[in-house]
Amino acid sequence: MSDVVKLYPAKPSKVYFYATCLVDLFYPEAGMAGIQLLEREGIEVLFPDDQTCCGQPAFSNGFNDQARDVIVSQLDLFPEDYPIVVPAGSCGGMIRKHYPELFAGTAWEAQARALASRTWELTDFLLNVCHIRLQDTGEPVRVAMHTSCSARREMGVAEVGPKLLGQLQQVELVAQARPAECCGFGGTFAVKHPEVSAAMVADKTDALEAAGADTFVTTDCGCLMNIAGYAEKQQRPIRGQHILSFLWQRSQQAGEGEA
Amino acid sequence: MTVGGHQSDVRQFHPRARAALDNPQIRANFRSAMDGLMGKRQAAFEGWDLETLRDLGASIRLRALAKLPELLETLEANCTRQGIQVHWAETGDEACGIIRDLCRARGARRVIKGKSMVSEEMELNQFLEAEGIEALESDLGEYLVQLAQETPSHIIMPAIHKNTDEISELMHEKTGTDRSGDVAYLTASARRQLREKFQQAEVGISGVNFAVAETGTLCLVENEGNGRMTTTVPPCHIAVTGIEKVVEHLEDVAPLLSLLTRSATGQHITTYVNLISGPRQADELDGPEEVHLVLVDGGRSAIYQDPELLDTLRCIRCGACMNHCPVYTRVGGHSYGTTYPGPIGKILMPHLLGLEATRDLPSASSLCGACGEVCPVRIPIPTLLQRLRKESVDGDRLRPSVVKGRGVKRTWSEALAWHGFRWFAAHPGRYRLLGWMMSRFRGLAPRRLGAWTRYRSAPKPAPQTLHELMRQRSREGRS
Amino acid sequence: MSSARSTILARLRQGRAGQDWSAPDSDFSVVAERRWTAAEKLDRFEARMTSVNTEVVRVPESDWVECLKGRLQEKSLANLLVASELAHGRALARSWEGGDPQLVAYNRPFEQWPAGLFNHVEASLTGCRGAIAETGTLILWPTPQEPRLMSLVPPVHFVLLHASELYATLSEAMADQDWAGRGMPSNAVLVSGPSKTADIEQTLAYGVHGPRELVVLVLQ
Repeated sequence: MSDVVKLYPAKPSKVYFYATCLVDLFYPEAGMAGIQLLEREGIEVLFPDDQTCCGQPAFSNGFNDQARDVIVSQLDLFPEDYPIVVPAGSCGGMIRKHYPELFAGTAWEAQARALASRTWELTDFLLNVCHIRLQDTGEPVRVAMHTSCSARREMGVAEVGPKLLGQLQQVELVAQARPAECCGFGGTFAVKHPEVSAAMVADKTDALEAAGADTFVTTDCGCLMNIAGYAEKQQRPIRGQHILSFLWQRSQQAGEGEA
Repeated sequence: MTVGGHQSDVRQFHPRARAALDNPQIRANFRSAMDGLMGKRQAAFEGWDLETLRDLGASIRLRALAKLPELLETLEANCTRQGIQVHWAETGDEACGIIRDLCRARGARRVIKGKSMVSEEMELNQFLEAEGIEALESDLGEYLVQLAQETPSHIIMPAIHKNTDEISELMHEKTGTDRSGDVAYLTASARRQLREKFQQAEVGISGVNFAVAETGTLCLVENEGNGRMTTTVPPCHIAVTGIEKVVEHLEDVAPLLSLLTRSATGQHITTYVNLISGPRQADELDGPEEVHLVLVDGGRSAIYQDPELLDTLRCIRCGACMNHCPVYTRVGGHSYGTTYPGPIGKILMPHLLGLEATRDLPSASSLCGACGEVCPVRIPIPTLLQRLRKESVDGDRLRPSVVKGRGVKRTWSEALAWHGFRWFAAHPGRYRLLGWMMSRFRGLAPRRLGAWTRYRSAPKPAPQTLHELMRQRSREGRS
Repeated sequence: MSSARSTILARLRQGRAGQDWSAPDSDFSVVAERRWTAAEKLDRFEARMTSVNTEVVRVPESDWVECLKGRLQEKSLANLLVASELAHGRALARSWEGGDPQLVAYNRPFEQWPAGLFNHVEASLTGCRGAIAETGTLILWPTPQEPRLMSLVPPVHFVLLHASELYATLSEAMADQDWAGRGMPSNAVLVSGPSKTADIEQTLAYGVHGPRELVVLVLQ
């Protein structure tokens, strides 16, 4: 009954890149950074142009029919047996954990299961499949890792971000209080229960600042929008970035493409 | 479900949550209490293979649920053989009636109670009071809550929302004790007051943590000794339990105890674990002459109809889920307005009260999963919350909704929004067009986005989507 | 048979109809296997009990009476409730002297002397059916000679435990004493310390409804 991901595939020559709608529309530089990191590791990245959204927004709100329709329109985009890498814990979790149950008993069940079983969160893939080694080219900085709830509990990758940051010599990883507590995003939770959500993001921002972080990084754009958006509106000094953007920027060698 | 009492105002979740969030005392009390309980739980499980222990707990509860009707029959047979009289009640009201009749048969005017969540669910105290029978709570936290004429705010620590000063004031006002910050003095006063009551009561009512089918044994955990008093001193003991609390074998109790006490308060074991299998025997000098067991359905057999939802019935009422819930920590137990607050409340109460009455609960979660991570019997709480959200909006034509009150949250505006989502996201061309428009007209993106921008700045679409960037790239031959 | 009973059982069976449910196997090794020596068990038992304010005294079997007398005197206890017909009761009676605390017998139904039991008895002494090292727990099966209230009502409770009757875990005790096979008594209780509560702002207070003090004499 315990579910721990132990076995990783061997490093492939190709992967499918599933951007996720938030990366696509709001943080494309994070997606591009992820692609460039993969290419630097010698992997050919295939980007199916017809990809849209993983369906989680509808699913989390109970609108399973709409979620299924959106997902079905994309199931055929990954025909070969290459890993699918996702720059997000929550969308990765949606595909890995929820696609099988959503399609159980339907004509797409086998296909959904197959896709789920070869979906990986991108930082996890970089560390544990590519065995990436990063060289830091940036100035000293204090960074906090904000591990999203889905990265921690659905994808089980809480140790990955800190390990990758630990490879960067000039990066000091600071530890915030209550690191495992939710930042309050929760998708539509933030707008359906705004005061509770606000109390949570306020506490999270306080904790990140109290830890002495100049910036925080995360695998999830939802958390990023939430905390960084709160900090900006409340005129708090802390900044946030997608961890892929951060890792690419820090490890960029002279002459490499811009993110 | 009886009308009136605390169960009827569940709909007030939003205003109550807001009030709690604005109350620094409540915020502080709950934050420090939950931090303490989380830390104690973690310390208590050190050195244990916790995941294996949780697997064992889950397997024991699932085995019991798989055989539930047979185990209930076996429990009844063994209890009866040993002199425990077994009664069955479909509803909470029926159970209240059975208990009233048992009290009447003994001419009882005064009942003393040990902690029993199911009796709170049934609103037993109010029912008995209306019938002229005094029902006094003997667990210190419950006693204080009763003095204050409030309801418990946590299933294990009922008075967790009160600090010492508030309690001192309450006891002074209601029982005449001195105002004092000395917890030992306040406790000793409560001890004195309640000792009288144990001796005066004609009936003692208790809950049951586990009912063992194999040996006809009622297992009851406690720290104070009031459970022992309640089930020993009055001449009649009535035990009340939900039907799902049965376990198959006596040996099943040991792992569940290991999980229950550590998950609840971080204790390796409670001060007392009572194992009651019969009334006073012919040659014994104390113990109740009569022992009764009331088995309450109260909506549980309805939950049992659905193989996914029945996981809700694994619950052993430890409270770990609410101790770890970031929402519960901030709004406290009273915001929920239900017998069971927190995550277990959110997945259980919709079945007991219907989704109409509990419409705000399934969405009152960020699905962070902290609860599921600590549940000692591995209830997949986030999955069940999503399932109830689906039930609330009747959102799956492949798997029709079954829970009472289904569809109550389905509004034409939200359904339209998700149809709109599908209209774009299930059609790649439309989706790319939408993305293009968002990026080109990003200057016109609204600054005000309702509840989001009350606290945060609005997210700004990027000047080019990743789709666009990738198309450009492949055109340029990825240079 | 009540209609509620048949309705509930029928509904449960209907809910299960057509399903093929089997639960995962229960592997009890995580709660059962402990490889502790007798000395380790005793140390653990003592550590757990003292961490919750129990007094644990290791005493040679031949000396327990004197030890108990000493404790009674230290705590200024005027009387002691004890089962005179049991072996330990007789041992006490044999060595009791004029100035010692009054020995009280629990030899009639408690309804006949509630004021005496609740208000005048200051301490009690009982045996036990062994103990559990992992959690610091005493196993008490009240009997006609040592009724339930004896270990509950008096503010101070003394227990005689033979060190040889110390189990590692509850599972071991249940299995070794064959509780399921032999059937349970009308009442059994596992006692792991003096009565306590943390209901007032999570501050620990002892002696809420049960004994305020628990003293275990471990006979070696």
